[in-house]
Amino acid sequence: MPIGVKVLARPIDEVSYVRAAVKGMALTFKHLINPHKVTVQYPEHRDPLSPRWRGTHRMLTTEDGTAKCVACGLCPAVCPANCIKLVPGEDENGNRYPLVFEIDEFRCIFCGYCQEVCPEEAIHVGRHYENSEYSRDGFVYDLERLMAQTHPVCEMWDPADPKGE
Amino acid sequence: MLLPASLPPMLQRIVDPQAPPADVGFFGPIGVPLIYTIVKLLIVFTVYMVGVALLTLAERKISAWIQDRLGPNRVIKGWGQPLADGVKNFMKEETLPDAANKPLFLLAPAMAFIPALTVWAVIPFAAPLPLRWGRMDMVLADLPIGYLYILALASLGVFGVVLAGWASNNKYALLGGLRSSAQMVSYEIAMGMSTVPILLLAGDVSLSTIVRQQEQNGWYVLTLTVACFIFIVSAFAETNRLPFDLPEAESELIAGYHTEYSAMKFSLFFIAEYANMVTASALMATLFFGGWTVPFWHAVNNAPWAWWKTAITLGAFLFKVLFFLFFYMWIRWTLPRFRYDQLMSLGWKILLPLTIGYVVVIAGATLGLDALGVPRTPWHGWPVYSLCLLALNIGLIGLLFVVADRGRLISPASARVRAAELARLRAVRQRSTLAHEATSGAGD
Ligand code: SF4
Ligand code: SF4
Repeated sequence: MPIGVKVLARPIDEVSYVRAAVKGMALTFKHLINPHKVTVQYPEHRDPLSPRWRGTHRMLTTEDGTAKCVACGLCPAVCPANCIKLVPGEDENGNRYPLVFEIDEFRCIFCGYCQEVCPEEAIHVGRHYENSEYSRDGFVYDLERLMAQTHPVCEMWDPADPKGE
Repeated sequence: MLLPASLPPMLQRIVDPQAPPADVGFFGPIGVPLIYTIVKLLIVFTVYMVGVALLTLAERKISAWIQDRLGPNRVIKGWGQPLADGVKNFMKEETLPDAANKPLFLLAPAMAFIPALTVWAVIPFAAPLPLRWGRMDMVLADLPIGYLYILALASLGVFGVVLAGWASNNKYALLGGLRSSAQMVSYEIAMGMSTVPILLLAGDVSLSTIVRQQEQNGWYVLTLTVACFIFIVSAFAETNRLPFDLPEAESELIAGYHTEYSAMKFSLFFIAEYANMVTASALMATLFFGGWTVPFWHAVNNAPWAWWKTAITLGAFLFKVLFFLFFYMWIRWTLPRFRYDQLMSLGWKILLPLTIGYVVVIAGATLGLDALGVPRTPWHGWPVYSLCLLALNIGLIGLLFVVADRGRLISPASARVRAAELARLRAVRQRSTLAHEATSGAGD
């Protein structure tokens, strides 16, 4: 036996195996007949998501249907998972816009920094989680697809209102 | 039933529904008994297998409810789940490890399954049914040595597990097999010994006699409570159910002896476990809880054999068996698993001496009561003999569960060291550290 290991004296006289077992069985029986079950019947019934839920991304658009993104490059810079691919472009008026904007949802860790950092409130993480695919390629969302998302977006944590009230 | 006396005696026996069928019947030399047996065999086997399938559903439902979940509720509201599981198991790939010993690997699931099934043959599950061709005993084979047969076959179950563990050529499986052999061998002794008091009281090893005795003198759970407790505990160990499921301890051994099994072969182990449970529950009901008899309902108990009596007693028996099955599951989802050394010390150091002591006590008590002239059968409607034993058992249970049941029964996580020994070890350590510091200091 290793020396120096502290061996606690067991409360030998208070321990009773049969009584402890009966107590445990009474507890499990109480749960057995307890009508309150925690199971959610998922596909039919969905629990509402928190307003701060960070899920599948969504790119917001302006009134004329183009992406709000001005290709400033902040979100690819801040992204800790390095999963945003941005190639900026510029039109004849000197307005910058994203030529390529892709987010690999498979690499994304849904930290929400991209939404936090975006000056134009263009890219958002959304309140949505059902984004499974049959292939890995399917997880790379391009600009079209990001703009086509319709789910509500995440309300970021507000320091002035920490409890979200 | 009143037949003219002029009929030959053979024919009288054939048509008396209260008597067992004659050996010579309408269908040749061994006709009626053979046909009876085949019919019973088919019915019992079917009910048994369907019951086992439904038990897997019951287990999942009960575990879910205990954990505040709902359990399987999709395939036909959950009722189709056993069927879906069965189909899945048939479709799955059969794996056969290269290094496995193939004949034994294939044989093991059957070896685990068959003993559980065959034990059922001697358990009487209802009152006999009177038919036109003679009485049909509601037991597949009313062996005069029923109980010994059960002990003999129950010990065969371990072979399936050990062979599976050994033939898989996998260290986890082998460890599971080893554990199970040690466990089953140890608890078998306690289990066998715990039923000796029954034999002392009943004076017979045929299960039908044991049931009839309990109908007259009260259930053995009242007169032999301690034996019943030990039997239930060892039956849990024998069937490898929690808290004694060390052979398949998932957290330590992956899945124990059936690690390498897949598809239907795995399923067979699974079925074997439930079949063992059913059999053990039926044994508990038969040996200690009056078998198919209905307590305090003399209208039924004293009636001659009739179809309704068969139906009621069958219901009573099923109720008892289902209760014990529920009890099995209830325990499983309540208690955690024993540690291996605790399991062994519980078996050898507690249960075995306890049963042997109990046999001596009961033997002494019966001897004393007989010497005092207390009749074994009820006396003026009062089962005095049983009441004396009940009083004795209440005392013993109090002694066991209140006084003796303390933490020292099962060994703690680390060995206790005597104070003197501890001081010596500490001194040794002190010296070695000092010496070490001295040498390292000199090196600087
Ligand atoms: S949520 Fe985080 S990880 Fe995902 S794209 Fe935005 S910044 Fe990158
Ligand atoms: S931070 Fe906003 S504006 Fe800047 S590149 Fe990202 S999405 Fe576009």
